[in-house]
Amino acid sequence: MTRTTPKEDSMAETVHHTEAQDPTNVTNPEHTSHHIVTPAQYGLVFGTLLILTGVTAAVAFIPLGWANPVVALFIACFKACIVVLFFMHAKYQSRLIKMTIGSGIFMFLSLIVMTLSDYISRSWGLW
Amino acid sequence: MDNTVATEHPHTHETAVHVEHEHIALPQHRHHFETVEQQREAGSFGMWLFLLTEIMFFGGLFFAYLLYRNWYYAAFASASETLSIQIGTANTAILITSGFFMALAVWAAEVRKKKMLVWTLILTTVFGVAFLGFKYDEYHAKWVEHHIPGAHFDIKDFVNPPINPQTHKPIEDPISPDMAQRTQIFFFLYFAMTGMHALHMIIGVGLLFWLIRRAARGDFSAGYVAPIENFGLYWHFVDIIWLFLYPLLYLINRHPMH
Repeated sequence: MTRTTPKEDSMAETVHHTEAQDPTNVTNPEHTSHHIVTPAQYGLVFGTLLILTGVTAAVAFIPLGWANPVVALFIACFKACIVVLFFMHAKYQSRLIKMTIGSGIFMFLSLIVMTLSDYISRSWGLW
Repeated sequence: MDNTVATEHPHTHETAVHVEHEHIALPQHRHHFETVEQQREAGSFGMWLFLLTEIMFFGGLFFAYLLYRNWYYAAFASASETLSIQIGTANTAILITSGFFMALAVWAAEVRKKKMLVWTLILTTVFGVAFLGFKYDEYHAKWVEHHIPGAHFDIKDFVNPPINPQTHKPIEDPISPDMAQRTQIFFFLYFAMTGMHALHMIIGVGLLFWLIRRAARGDFSAGYVAPIENFGLYWHFVDIIWLFLYPLLYLINRHPMH
């Protein structure tokens, strides 16, 4: 028995994974084929983020009334999404991690909506 | 009898070697994890849980902002105008650049490029510190203008806005003294939110110094990337907070100069 190097080891794992036909991680929940995001992908995300920053600043000077904050927040959410998906590798993580991120955002939004509905309903018509 | 033991011995020995191989494949592999993958997954999971508590923490501040902005919109719009959009936008770009180098650092660690890892971490730090430098400049300007909530706060810029020498008109619409007092709420939230964000940055820069030292020693260029990866998650999270702070604080009611 000779020890295999980590590299050979991971290759063996990959073969095992394809043989198992387990795309949804059922038989081996911890196993995620480890994906490395390339610098080219990072560069693309970086460029998009910079362009969108310019767009947000420019749109803020166009009077759109109520739509101004909506547009600004929409762009901010989009930027946050691509940061989470690519810079933070969420796109290539296991279902457990994806579920964790999703539940956190859901929890945050629930708290906002519940607290806000309390404020709105207590002084009904006075806001 | 002796023979039996002799023939069985190599077998048990072989099993022991096999088990050892499975459990101590890499130096960073802790014995309580079945596989290195499991260890890595548990690490990311833990980091994400921490970041979720951070979302809740900043969430309280964002909620306070949402509420007071609805109640005292005129004060928020007027106070937001006094922030420098140039510095705010430049700082957003600087922070994004810092995040980009952090992302490259994770890649460098994955592909085991030690030199690139050290340099990308250094660039991440440099842009992070540049952000904090601009932030200091902005805070100082608020101090000079008496726009820090408290005993020395001055509402004159909001009740009686300065006149633009070119157009001979006030640079923004004046608001009532009562509403002008409410601008203190905006500035309180501005300092609380950006201050808490800056504190996260300062902690991050401290951690970066530690990571640079370890990276230079070669700790992360032999297949062990978890500390770099998890710090990356933290750094990107801090970036995301700023991506929301920027439009909410700087861009409430921008308009072409009167």
